[in-house]
Amino acid sequence: MSPISRGFMGRRRENVDPSRVPPGQYVTHDFPVLSAGPTPHTDLDDWTFTIDGAVDTSMSWSWSELTSMPADTITRDIHCVTKWSKLDTKWKGVPVEALLDGVHSEATYVTAWSDGGYTTNLALEDVTGGKAWVAYEYDGQALESEHGGPARLLVPALYFWKSAKWVRGLTLTLSDEPGFWEGYGYHNHGDPWREQRYQGD
Amino acid sequence: MDEHTLDGNAIAGPLHQHLGREMTAARATCGHCGKTFVLAELVVYARAPGSVGRCRHCESVVLVVTEFRDTIRIHWNRFALAEPPTP
Amino acid sequence: MARAAIPGRLTWQLARVVELVAETDRTKSIVLDAPAWARHQAGQHVDVRLTAPDGYQAQRSYSIASAPEDAHLMLTVEEIDDGEISPYLTEELRAGDDLELRGPIGGYFVWDSVQPGPLQLFAGGSGIVPLRAMLRHRAATGSTTPARLLYSARSLQDVIYRRELLESPGDSGVDVAVALTRSWPEEWTGHRGRVDERLLDAEAWPAGDQPWIYICGPTGFVESISQRMVQRGHPPDRIKTERFGPTSG
Repeated sequence: MSPISRGFMGRRRENVDPSRVPPGQYVTHDFPVLSAGPTPHTDLDDWTFTIDGAVDTSMSWSWSELTSMPADTITRDIHCVTKWSKLDTKWKGVPVEALLDGVHSEATYVTAWSDGGYTTNLALEDVTGGKAWVAYEYDGQALESEHGGPARLLVPALYFWKSAKWVRGLTLTLSDEPGFWEGYGYHNHGDPWREQRYQGD
Repeated sequence: MDEHTLDGNAIAGPLHQHLGREMTAARATCGHCGKTFVLAELVVYARAPGSVGRCRHCESVVLVVTEFRDTIRIHWNRFALAEPPTP
Repeated sequence: MARAAIPGRLTWQLARVVELVAETDRTKSIVLDAPAWARHQAGQHVDVRLTAPDGYQAQRSYSIASAPEDAHLMLTVEEIDDGEISPYLTEELRAGDDLELRGPIGGYFVWDSVQPGPLQLFAGGSGIVPLRAMLRHRAATGSTTPARLLYSARSLQDVIYRRELLESPGDSGVDVAVALTRSWPEEWTGHRGRVDERLLDAEAWPAGDQPWIYICGPTGFVESISQRMVQRGHPPDRIKTERFGPTSG
Protein backbone atom coordinates (compact mmCIF):
# COMPACT_ATOMS: atom_id res chain seq x y z
CA MET A 1 0.00 0.00 0.00
CA SER A 2 1.56 3.22 -1.12
CA PRO A 3 1.55 6.19 1.24
CA ILE A 4 -0.25 9.31 0.08
CA SER A 5 2.09 11.85 -1.48
CA ARG A 6 1.45 15.03 0.51
CA GLY A 7 -0.07 17.68 -1.72
CA PHE A 8 -0.41 15.46 -4.79
CA MET A 9 -3.84 15.58 -6.38
CA GLY A 10 -3.03 14.16 -9.79
CA ARG A 11 -4.34 15.87 -12.84
CA ARG A 12 -6.94 18.43 -11.84
CA ARG A 13 -10.04 16.37 -11.39
CA GLU A 14 -12.05 18.90 -9.44
CA ASN A 15 -14.91 20.89 -10.99
CA VAL A 16 -15.93 18.11 -13.33
CA ASP A 17 -19.49 17.07 -13.91
CA PRO A 18 -19.71 13.50 -12.56
CA SER A 19 -22.54 12.77 -14.97
CA ARG A 20 -20.15 13.35 -17.86
CA VAL A 21 -16.79 12.23 -16.53
CA PRO A 22 -16.50 8.53 -15.66
CA PRO A 23 -14.80 7.42 -12.44
CA GLY A 24 -11.02 7.80 -12.35
CA GLN A 25 -10.90 10.14 -15.34
CA TYR A 26 -9.72 13.74 -15.59
CA VAL A 27 -10.72 16.26 -18.24
CA THR A 28 -8.13 17.45 -20.71
CA HIS A 29 -8.46 20.28 -23.21
CA ASP A 30 -5.65 19.23 -25.50
CA PHE A 31 -5.80 16.03 -27.52
CA PRO A 32 -3.12 13.61 -26.31
CA VAL A 33 -1.57 11.44 -29.00
CA LEU A 34 -1.37 7.80 -27.99
CA SER A 35 0.20 5.22 -30.20
CA ALA A 36 1.53 1.69 -30.03
CA GLY A 37 3.59 2.05 -33.18
CA PRO A 38 4.79 4.23 -36.01
CA THR A 39 2.22 6.39 -37.78
CA PRO A 40 1.32 4.76 -41.11
CA HIS A 41 0.85 6.93 -44.18
CA THR A 42 -1.36 5.23 -46.73
CA ASP A 43 -2.01 6.97 -50.04
CA LEU A 44 -5.73 7.71 -50.36
CA ASP A 45 -5.64 6.19 -53.85
CA ASP A 46 -4.64 2.88 -52.26
CA TRP A 47 -6.92 3.19 -49.25
CA THR A 48 -9.92 0.89 -48.95
CA PHE A 49 -12.31 -0.01 -46.19
CA THR A 50 -13.26 -3.69 -46.08
CA ILE A 51 -15.88 -5.74 -44.33
CA ASP A 52 -15.04 -9.42 -44.37
CA GLY A 53 -14.84 -12.50 -42.17
CA ALA A 54 -18.04 -14.41 -41.37
CA VAL A 55 -20.02 -12.78 -44.16
CA ASP A 56 -21.64 -14.08 -47.34
CA THR A 57 -19.74 -11.62 -49.50
CA SER A 58 -16.93 -9.32 -48.54
CA MET A 59 -17.48 -5.64 -49.23
CA SER A 60 -14.97 -2.93 -49.94
CA TRP A 61 -15.10 0.84 -50.43
CA SER A 62 -12.52 3.17 -51.90
CA TRP A 63 -11.76 6.46 -50.18
CA SER A 64 -13.97 8.41 -52.56
CA GLU A 65 -16.77 5.86 -52.24
CA LEU A 66 -16.67 5.96 -48.45
CA THR A 67 -16.52 9.72 -48.23
CA SER A 68 -19.43 10.09 -50.70
CA MET A 69 -21.71 8.10 -48.42
CA PRO A 70 -24.15 9.99 -46.19
CA ALA A 71 -22.18 11.00 -43.11
CA ASP A 72 -23.12 12.05 -39.59
CA THR A 73 -21.73 15.06 -37.81
CA ILE A 74 -21.53 14.13 -34.17
CA THR A 75 -20.41 15.65 -30.88
CA ARG A 76 -19.38 13.21 -28.19
CA ASP A 77 -17.23 12.88 -25.06
CA ILE A 78 -14.30 10.50 -25.36
CA HIS A 79 -12.53 8.61 -22.57
CA CYS A 80 -9.05 7.12 -22.73
CA VAL A 81 -8.02 4.27 -20.44
CA THR A 82 -4.90 6.30 -19.57
CA LYS A 83 -7.40 8.44 -17.64
CA TRP A 84 -7.98 11.51 -19.76
CA SER A 85 -11.43 12.44 -21.02
CA LYS A 86 -12.15 15.05 -23.64
CA LEU A 87 -15.58 16.58 -23.78
CA ASP A 88 -17.62 17.69 -26.78
CA THR A 89 -15.32 16.39 -29.50
CA LYS A 90 -16.74 16.98 -32.99
CA TRP A 91 -16.44 14.37 -35.71
CA LYS A 92 -17.76 13.56 -39.14
CA GLY A 93 -18.00 10.01 -40.34
CA VAL A 94 -20.04 7.21 -41.84
CA PRO A 95 -22.09 5.19 -39.36
CA VAL A 96 -20.86 1.60 -39.19
CA GLU A 97 -24.48 0.53 -39.50
CA ALA A 98 -24.58 1.94 -43.01
CA LEU A 99 -21.51 -0.10 -43.97
CA LEU A 100 -23.08 -3.25 -42.56
CA ASP A 101 -26.34 -2.62 -44.40
CA GLY A 102 -26.93 -5.55 -46.75
CA VAL A 103 -24.26 -7.72 -45.11
CA HIS A 104 -25.62 -11.13 -44.18
CA SER A 105 -23.86 -12.71 -41.24
CA GLU A 106 -24.33 -14.83 -38.15
CA ALA A 107 -21.47 -12.97 -36.49
CA THR A 108 -21.95 -11.28 -33.14
CA TYR A 109 -18.45 -9.78 -32.86
CA VAL A 110 -16.15 -7.71 -35.02
CA THR A 111 -12.41 -7.16 -35.07
CA ALA A 112 -11.43 -3.73 -36.29
CA TRP A 113 -8.04 -3.79 -38.00
CA SER A 114 -5.73 -1.01 -39.01
CA ASP A 115 -2.71 -0.07 -41.05
CA GLY A 116 0.30 -0.91 -38.92
CA GLY A 117 -1.24 -4.11 -37.59
CA TYR A 118 -3.34 -2.81 -34.72
CA THR A 119 -6.58 -4.67 -33.92
CA THR A 120 -9.38 -4.32 -31.39
CA ASN A 121 -12.43 -6.48 -30.79
CA LEU A 122 -15.98 -5.28 -30.26
CA ALA A 123 -19.40 -6.81 -29.88
CA LEU A 124 -21.45 -6.19 -33.01
CA GLU A 125 -24.11 -4.54 -30.87
CA ASP A 126 -21.51 -1.97 -29.73
CA VAL A 127 -20.89 -0.78 -33.28
CA THR A 128 -24.50 -0.74 -34.51
CA GLY A 129 -27.51 1.28 -33.46
CA GLY A 130 -25.80 4.64 -33.87
CA LYS A 131 -22.87 3.81 -31.58
CA ALA A 132 -19.93 3.74 -34.00
CA TRP A 133 -18.61 5.54 -37.04
CA VAL A 134 -15.73 5.44 -39.47
CA ALA A 135 -14.67 9.02 -38.84
CA TYR A 136 -12.56 11.05 -41.24
CA GLU A 137 -13.00 14.60 -39.97
CA TYR A 138 -12.23 16.02 -36.55
CA ASP A 139 -13.32 19.51 -35.55
CA GLY A 140 -14.20 20.38 -39.14
CA GLN A 141 -10.82 19.37 -40.56
CA ALA A 142 -9.50 16.24 -42.24
CA LEU A 143 -8.46 13.88 -39.46
CA GLU A 144 -4.72 14.26 -38.86
CA SER A 145 -2.59 11.15 -39.17
CA GLU A 146 -1.38 11.41 -35.57
CA HIS A 147 -5.01 11.14 -34.46
CA GLY A 148 -5.73 8.21 -36.76
CA GLY A 149 -6.29 9.83 -40.16
CA PRO A 150 -7.23 9.35 -42.86
CA ALA A 151 -9.95 7.50 -40.94
CA ARG A 152 -10.41 5.95 -37.53
CA LEU A 153 -13.14 3.99 -35.89
CA LEU A 154 -15.11 6.11 -33.41
CA VAL A 155 -16.86 4.26 -30.59
CA PRO A 156 -17.28 6.96 -27.96
CA ALA A 157 -19.20 4.80 -25.47
CA LEU A 158 -16.11 2.63 -24.90
CA TYR A 159 -12.55 3.39 -23.83
CA PHE A 160 -10.80 5.04 -26.71
CA TRP A 161 -8.42 2.17 -27.55
CA LYS A 162 -11.52 0.60 -29.10
CA SER A 163 -11.68 3.54 -31.52
CA ALA A 164 -8.96 2.09 -33.72
CA LYS A 165 -6.75 4.68 -35.42
CA TRP A 166 -5.91 4.19 -39.13
CA VAL A 167 -8.79 1.72 -39.44
CA ARG A 168 -9.02 -0.20 -42.70
CA GLY A 169 -11.68 -2.76 -42.05
CA LEU A 170 -13.96 -4.81 -39.87
CA THR A 171 -13.70 -8.57 -39.76
CA LEU A 172 -16.91 -10.16 -38.51
CA THR A 173 -16.40 -13.13 -36.18
CA LEU A 174 -18.60 -15.72 -34.54
CA SER A 175 -16.64 -15.61 -31.29
CA ASP A 176 -15.01 -12.79 -29.34
CA GLU A 177 -11.34 -12.74 -30.32
CA PRO A 178 -9.09 -10.44 -28.28
CA GLY A 179 -7.42 -7.60 -30.18
CA PHE A 180 -4.05 -5.99 -29.50
CA TRP A 181 -4.56 -4.49 -26.03
CA GLU A 182 -7.24 -7.01 -25.07
CA GLY A 183 -4.65 -9.75 -25.68
CA TYR A 184 -2.31 -7.97 -23.27
CA GLY A 185 -4.79 -7.90 -20.42
CA TYR A 186 -7.07 -4.99 -21.18
CA HIS A 187 -10.79 -5.51 -20.83
CA ASN A 188 -12.71 -7.13 -23.67
CA HIS A 189 -15.59 -4.69 -23.44
CA GLY A 190 -14.07 -1.49 -22.04
CA ASP A 191 -17.03 0.47 -20.66
CA PRO A 192 -15.60 3.59 -18.95
CA TRP A 193 -18.67 4.02 -16.75
CA ARG A 194 -18.05 0.59 -15.23
CA GLU A 195 -14.28 1.22 -15.20
CA GLN A 196 -13.65 -1.86 -17.30
CA ARG A 197 -9.96 -1.14 -17.76
CA TYR A 198 -8.40 -4.54 -17.23
CA GLN A 199 -9.57 -8.10 -17.50
CA GLY A 200 -11.53 -8.93 -14.36
CA ASP A 201 -12.70 -5.34 -13.75
CA MET B 1 12.21 8.06 -35.89
CA ASP B 2 9.12 9.27 -34.09
CA GLU B 3 10.09 11.99 -31.59
CA HIS B 4 7.72 10.49 -29.06
CA THR B 5 9.37 7.12 -28.88
CA LEU B 6 11.68 6.12 -26.06
CA ASP B 7 14.01 3.15 -25.77
CA GLY B 8 14.31 0.02 -23.66
CA ASN B 9 15.75 1.97 -20.73
CA ALA B 10 12.21 3.28 -20.18
CA ILE B 11 10.89 -0.18 -19.27
CA ALA B 12 13.89 -1.22 -17.17
CA GLY B 13 11.96 -0.78 -13.89
CA PRO B 14 9.02 -3.12 -14.52
CA LEU B 15 11.29 -5.63 -16.28
CA HIS B 16 13.66 -5.75 -13.33
CA GLN B 17 10.92 -5.86 -10.71
CA HIS B 18 9.01 -8.60 -12.51
CA LEU B 19 11.93 -10.78 -13.62
CA GLY B 20 14.08 -10.25 -10.55
CA ARG B 21 17.12 -9.05 -12.47
CA GLU B 22 18.37 -6.19 -14.56
CA MET B 23 17.38 -6.78 -18.19
CA THR B 24 18.34 -3.77 -20.33
CA ALA B 25 21.88 -5.06 -20.95
CA ALA B 26 20.60 -8.52 -21.90
CA ARG B 27 20.74 -9.45 -25.58
CA ALA B 28 17.77 -10.92 -27.36
CA THR B 29 16.95 -11.99 -30.90
CA CYS B 30 13.96 -10.68 -32.79
CA GLY B 31 12.15 -13.69 -34.23
CA HIS B 32 10.62 -11.52 -36.94
CA CYS B 33 13.86 -10.33 -38.58
CA GLY B 34 16.57 -12.34 -36.85
CA LYS B 35 18.56 -9.38 -35.51
CA THR B 36 20.11 -9.61 -32.04
CA PHE B 37 20.42 -6.52 -29.84
CA VAL B 38 20.33 -5.43 -26.21
CA LEU B 39 16.91 -4.69 -24.72
CA ALA B 40 17.95 -1.07 -24.08
CA GLU B 41 17.89 -0.59 -27.86
CA LEU B 42 14.21 -1.45 -28.24
CA VAL B 43 12.04 1.31 -29.65
CA VAL B 44 9.47 1.87 -26.92
CA TYR B 45 6.07 3.46 -27.44
CA ALA B 46 5.15 4.46 -23.91
CA ARG B 47 2.33 6.88 -24.73
CA ALA B 48 -0.17 4.06 -24.89
CA PRO B 49 -2.19 1.96 -22.43
CA GLY B 50 0.93 -0.16 -21.89
CA SER B 51 4.52 0.15 -23.13
CA VAL B 52 5.09 -1.41 -26.53
CA GLY B 53 8.64 -2.52 -27.37
CA ARG B 54 9.41 -2.80 -31.07
CA CYS B 55 12.47 -4.12 -32.86
CA ARG B 56 14.62 -1.17 -33.97
CA HIS B 57 15.37 -3.00 -37.22
CA CYS B 58 12.00 -4.31 -38.42
CA GLU B 59 9.50 -2.46 -36.14
CA SER B 60 7.76 -5.69 -35.10
CA VAL B 61 6.20 -5.75 -31.64
CA VAL B 62 8.48 -7.99 -29.57
CA LEU B 63 7.76 -6.99 -25.98
CA VAL B 64 4.74 -5.46 -24.27
CA VAL B 65 4.83 -4.34 -20.65
CA THR B 66 1.70 -3.52 -18.70
CA GLU B 67 1.49 -2.35 -15.11
CA PHE B 68 -2.05 -2.66 -13.81
CA ARG B 69 -2.18 -1.24 -10.35
CA ASP B 70 0.45 -3.44 -8.66
CA THR B 71 0.50 -6.21 -11.26
CA ILE B 72 3.26 -6.18 -13.86
CA ARG B 73 2.88 -8.32 -16.96
CA ILE B 74 5.58 -8.87 -19.57
CA HIS B 75 4.54 -10.33 -22.91
CA TRP B 76 7.30 -11.70 -25.14
CA ASN B 77 6.42 -11.97 -28.80
CA ARG B 78 8.98 -14.03 -30.74
CA PHE B 79 11.79 -12.37 -28.82
CA ALA B 80 14.29 -14.80 -27.35
CA LEU B 81 17.04 -14.00 -24.88
CA ALA B 82 20.31 -14.76 -26.67
CA GLU B 83 22.24 -15.50 -23.50
CA PRO B 84 21.44 -15.65 -19.81
CA PRO B 85 21.66 -12.12 -18.44
CA THR B 86 24.23 -11.58 -15.73
CA PRO B 87 22.50 -11.42 -12.36
CA MET C 1 7.97 1.56 6.44
CA ALA C 2 10.75 0.94 3.97
CA ARG C 3 11.18 -2.72 3.24
CA ALA C 4 14.66 -4.15 3.48
CA ALA C 5 16.24 -4.51 0.08
CA ILE C 6 16.86 -8.06 -1.03
CA PRO C 7 19.84 -8.23 -3.39
CA GLY C 8 18.69 -8.44 -6.99
CA ARG C 9 15.12 -7.69 -6.03
CA LEU C 10 13.58 -4.42 -7.01
CA THR C 11 10.77 -3.09 -4.86
CA TRP C 12 9.13 0.21 -4.10
CA GLN C 13 10.70 1.95 -1.14
CA LEU C 14 10.41 5.24 0.68
CA ALA C 15 13.04 7.94 0.71
CA ARG C 16 12.88 11.13 2.77
CA VAL C 17 13.51 14.45 1.11
CA VAL C 18 16.48 16.13 2.78
CA GLU C 19 16.70 19.19 0.62
CA LEU C 20 15.67 20.70 -2.71
CA VAL C 21 18.21 22.64 -4.72
CA ALA C 22 17.27 24.91 -7.62
CA GLU C 23 19.60 24.16 -10.52
CA THR C 24 17.97 26.35 -13.18
CA ASP C 25 14.60 28.12 -13.51
CA ARG C 26 13.07 24.83 -14.61
CA THR C 27 15.08 22.19 -12.78
CA LYS C 28 15.54 21.18 -9.19
CA SER C 29 17.66 18.57 -7.53
CA ILE C 30 16.00 16.43 -4.89
CA VAL C 31 18.41 15.26 -2.20
CA LEU C 32 17.14 12.10 -0.55
CA ASP C 33 17.80 9.95 2.45
CA ALA C 34 16.94 6.42 1.30
CA PRO C 35 17.48 3.91 4.11
CA ALA C 36 16.72 0.83 2.01
CA TRP C 37 18.81 2.02 -0.93
CA ALA C 38 21.16 -0.45 -2.62
CA ARG C 39 24.35 1.07 -4.01
CA HIS C 40 23.74 2.23 -7.56
CA GLN C 41 25.91 2.57 -10.66
CA ALA C 42 26.53 5.87 -12.40
CA GLY C 43 23.95 6.26 -15.18
CA GLN C 44 21.08 4.41 -13.53
CA HIS C 45 17.63 5.81 -12.86
CA VAL C 46 14.70 5.44 -10.50
CA ASP C 47 10.96 5.26 -11.02
CA VAL C 48 9.07 7.73 -8.84
CA ARG C 49 5.46 6.99 -7.94
CA LEU C 50 2.99 9.51 -6.54
CA THR C 51 -0.29 8.62 -4.85
CA ALA C 52 -3.25 10.99 -4.45
CA PRO C 53 -5.61 10.78 -1.44
CA ASP C 54 -8.21 8.94 -3.59
CA GLY C 55 -5.68 6.28 -4.57
CA TYR C 56 -4.89 7.69 -8.02
CA GLN C 57 -1.27 6.97 -8.93
CA ALA C 58 1.17 8.24 -11.49
CA GLN C 59 4.79 7.32 -12.07
CA ARG C 60 7.79 8.48 -14.12
CA SER C 61 11.46 7.66 -14.47
CA TYR C 62 14.16 10.09 -13.32
CA SER C 63 17.91 9.77 -13.68
CA ILE C 64 20.15 9.64 -10.65
CA ALA C 65 22.45 12.66 -10.50
CA SER C 66 24.60 11.55 -7.56
CA ALA C 67 27.65 9.32 -7.67
CA PRO C 68 27.41 5.95 -5.94
CA GLU C 69 30.00 7.34 -3.52
CA ASP C 70 27.92 10.39 -2.55
CA ALA C 71 26.39 10.54 0.92
CA HIS C 72 22.87 11.14 -0.40
CA LEU C 73 20.88 9.93 -3.34
CA MET C 74 20.09 12.86 -5.61
CA LEU C 75 17.67 13.16 -8.54
CA THR C 76 17.43 16.18 -10.81
CA VAL C 77 14.01 16.90 -12.30
CA GLU C 78 13.11 19.23 -15.13
CA GLU C 79 9.64 20.73 -14.91
CA ILE C 80 7.63 19.91 -18.01
CA ASP C 81 4.89 22.37 -19.01
CA ASP C 82 1.52 20.75 -18.33
CA GLY C 83 3.33 17.80 -16.78
CA GLU C 84 1.74 15.90 -13.97
CA ILE C 85 4.64 14.62 -11.91
CA SER C 86 7.49 17.00 -12.58
CA PRO C 87 5.56 20.13 -11.42
CA TYR C 88 4.76 18.32 -8.18
CA LEU C 89 8.39 17.41 -7.65
CA THR C 90 9.72 20.87 -8.48
CA GLU C 91 6.97 23.04 -6.94
CA GLU C 92 5.20 21.11 -4.21
CA LEU C 93 7.67 18.65 -2.72
CA ARG C 94 9.45 19.84 0.43
CA ALA C 95 12.16 18.71 2.81
CA GLY C 96 10.72 16.15 5.20
CA ASP C 97 8.29 14.66 2.67
CA ASP C 98 8.51 11.01 1.78
CA LEU C 99 8.93 10.02 -1.83
CA GLU C 100 8.10 6.54 -3.08
CA LEU C 101 10.64 5.19 -5.53
CA ARG C 102 11.84 2.02 -7.18
CA GLY C 103 15.52 1.62 -7.99
CA PRO C 104 18.31 1.60 -8.83
CA ILE C 105 17.25 0.66 -12.36
CA GLY C 106 19.23 -0.10 -15.51
CA GLY C 107 22.46 -1.88 -16.32
CA TYR C 108 23.14 -0.87 -19.91
CA PHE C 109 23.49 2.89 -19.68
CA VAL C 110 26.03 2.70 -16.84
CA TRP C 111 29.70 3.58 -16.56
CA ASP C 112 32.23 2.33 -14.05
CA SER C 113 35.54 4.09 -13.55
CA VAL C 114 37.42 0.80 -13.91
CA GLN C 115 36.20 0.55 -17.52
CA PRO C 116 39.28 1.06 -19.72
CA GLY C 117 39.21 3.68 -22.46
CA PRO C 118 38.36 7.37 -22.59
CA LEU C 119 34.88 8.61 -21.82
CA GLN C 120 32.84 10.57 -24.33
CA LEU C 121 29.62 12.05 -23.00
CA PHE C 122 26.88 13.77 -24.99
CA ALA C 123 24.01 15.50 -23.18
CA GLY C 124 20.94 17.12 -24.67
CA GLY C 125 19.09 19.27 -22.12
CA SER C 126 18.31 17.38 -18.92
CA GLY C 127 20.10 14.39 -20.45
CA ILE C 128 23.06 15.76 -18.51
CA VAL C 129 21.74 14.23 -15.26
CA PRO C 130 23.01 10.62 -15.55
CA LEU C 131 26.22 11.89 -17.17
CA ARG C 132 26.82 14.15 -14.18
CA ALA C 133 26.63 11.02 -12.01
CA MET C 134 29.36 9.50 -14.20
CA LEU C 135 31.60 12.55 -13.86
CA ARG C 136 31.09 12.62 -10.09
CA HIS C 137 31.83 8.92 -9.92
CA ARG C 138 34.99 9.52 -11.92
CA ALA C 139 36.07 12.25 -9.51
CA ALA C 140 35.10 10.31 -6.39
CA THR C 141 37.16 7.30 -7.39
CA GLY C 142 40.19 9.39 -8.36
CA SER C 143 39.98 8.03 -11.88
CA THR C 144 42.46 9.40 -14.40
CA THR C 145 40.31 8.31 -17.36
CA PRO C 146 40.21 11.29 -19.70
CA ALA C 147 36.65 12.46 -20.26
CA ARG C 148 34.98 14.82 -22.67
CA LEU C 149 31.48 16.19 -22.26
CA LEU C 150 29.58 17.84 -25.05
CA TYR C 151 26.46 19.43 -23.62
CA SER C 152 23.74 20.94 -25.80
CA ALA C 153 21.41 23.35 -24.02
CA ARG C 154 18.94 25.98 -25.17
CA SER C 155 20.62 28.85 -23.38
CA LEU C 156 23.20 29.47 -20.67
CA GLN C 157 20.35 29.78 -18.15
CA ASP C 158 19.27 26.25 -19.06
CA VAL C 159 22.67 24.71 -18.32
CA ILE C 160 22.16 22.43 -15.33
CA TYR C 161 25.10 22.15 -12.86
CA ARG C 162 26.49 25.23 -14.55
CA ARG C 163 28.96 26.21 -11.85
CA GLU C 164 30.12 22.67 -11.35
CA LEU C 165 30.68 22.08 -15.04
CA LEU C 166 31.88 25.45 -16.26
CA GLU C 167 33.55 27.03 -13.28
CA SER C 168 35.29 24.02 -11.81
CA PRO C 169 39.08 24.12 -11.98
CA GLY C 170 40.46 22.87 -15.27
CA ASP C 171 43.08 20.19 -15.54
CA SER C 172 40.82 17.65 -13.89
CA GLY C 173 41.01 15.54 -17.03
CA VAL C 174 37.49 16.53 -18.01
CA ASP C 175 36.91 18.74 -21.04
CA VAL C 176 33.51 20.38 -21.14
CA ALA C 177 32.10 21.98 -24.28
CA VAL C 178 28.68 23.59 -24.21
CA ALA C 179 26.64 24.25 -27.34
CA LEU C 180 23.91 26.85 -26.86
CA THR C 181 21.23 26.21 -29.44
CA ARG C 182 18.73 29.07 -29.08
CA SER C 183 20.35 32.03 -27.39
CA TRP C 184 23.73 32.97 -25.97
CA PRO C 185 25.33 35.89 -24.20
CA GLU C 186 27.11 38.35 -26.46
CA GLU C 187 30.46 37.40 -24.96
CA TRP C 188 29.81 33.65 -25.35
CA THR C 189 32.92 32.01 -26.73
CA GLY C 190 31.49 28.48 -26.81
CA HIS C 191 29.61 26.89 -29.65
CA ARG C 192 26.51 28.63 -30.99
CA GLY C 193 23.77 26.49 -32.53
CA ARG C 194 23.22 22.78 -32.72
CA VAL C 195 26.00 20.22 -32.47
CA ASP C 196 27.57 20.11 -35.93
CA GLU C 197 30.44 18.31 -37.63
CA ARG C 198 32.88 21.11 -36.84
CA LEU C 199 32.10 20.84 -33.13
CA LEU C 200 32.45 17.06 -33.23
CA ASP C 201 35.81 17.44 -35.00
CA ALA C 202 37.02 19.83 -32.33
CA GLU C 203 35.58 18.34 -29.17
CA ALA C 204 34.81 14.63 -29.57
CA TRP C 205 37.26 11.73 -29.31
CA PRO C 206 38.07 10.31 -32.73
CA ALA C 207 37.27 6.65 -33.30
CA GLY C 208 40.96 5.78 -33.09
CA ASP C 209 40.96 6.60 -29.37
CA GLN C 210 38.25 3.97 -28.80
CA PRO C 211 36.13 5.93 -26.35
CA TRP C 212 33.07 4.69 -24.54
CA ILE C 213 30.27 6.92 -25.77
CA TYR C 214 27.20 7.79 -23.72
CA ILE C 215 24.44 9.85 -25.28
CA CYS C 216 21.43 10.99 -23.28
CA GLY C 217 18.74 13.46 -24.29
CA PRO C 218 15.53 13.87 -26.25
CA THR C 219 14.97 11.19 -28.88
CA GLY C 220 15.87 13.40 -31.84
CA PHE C 221 19.14 14.50 -30.23
CA VAL C 222 20.18 10.95 -29.41
CA GLU C 223 19.33 9.68 -32.90
CA SER C 224 21.28 12.48 -34.55
CA ILE C 225 24.44 12.14 -32.43
CA SER C 226 24.51 8.35 -32.41
CA GLN C 227 24.14 8.16 -36.20
CA ARG C 228 26.95 10.63 -36.68
CA MET C 229 29.25 8.80 -34.28
CA VAL C 230 28.64 5.57 -36.20
CA GLN C 231 29.41 7.44 -39.44
CA ARG C 232 32.65 8.60 -37.82
CA GLY C 233 33.70 5.02 -37.40
CA HIS C 234 32.81 4.33 -33.77
CA PRO C 235 31.61 0.75 -33.30
CA PRO C 236 27.90 0.66 -32.35
CA ASP C 237 28.62 -1.50 -29.30
CA ARG C 238 30.74 1.30 -27.82
CA ILE C 239 27.81 3.72 -28.13
CA LYS C 240 25.25 3.66 -25.32
CA THR C 241 22.09 5.66 -25.58
CA GLU C 242 19.23 6.74 -23.38
CA ARG C 243 16.28 8.64 -24.80
CA PHE C 244 13.59 10.60 -23.04
CA GLY C 245 10.47 12.11 -24.51
CA PRO C 246 9.83 15.82 -24.92
CA THR C 247 6.56 15.51 -23.04
CA SER C 248 7.28 12.77 -20.58
CA GLY C 249 5.83 14.80 -17.76
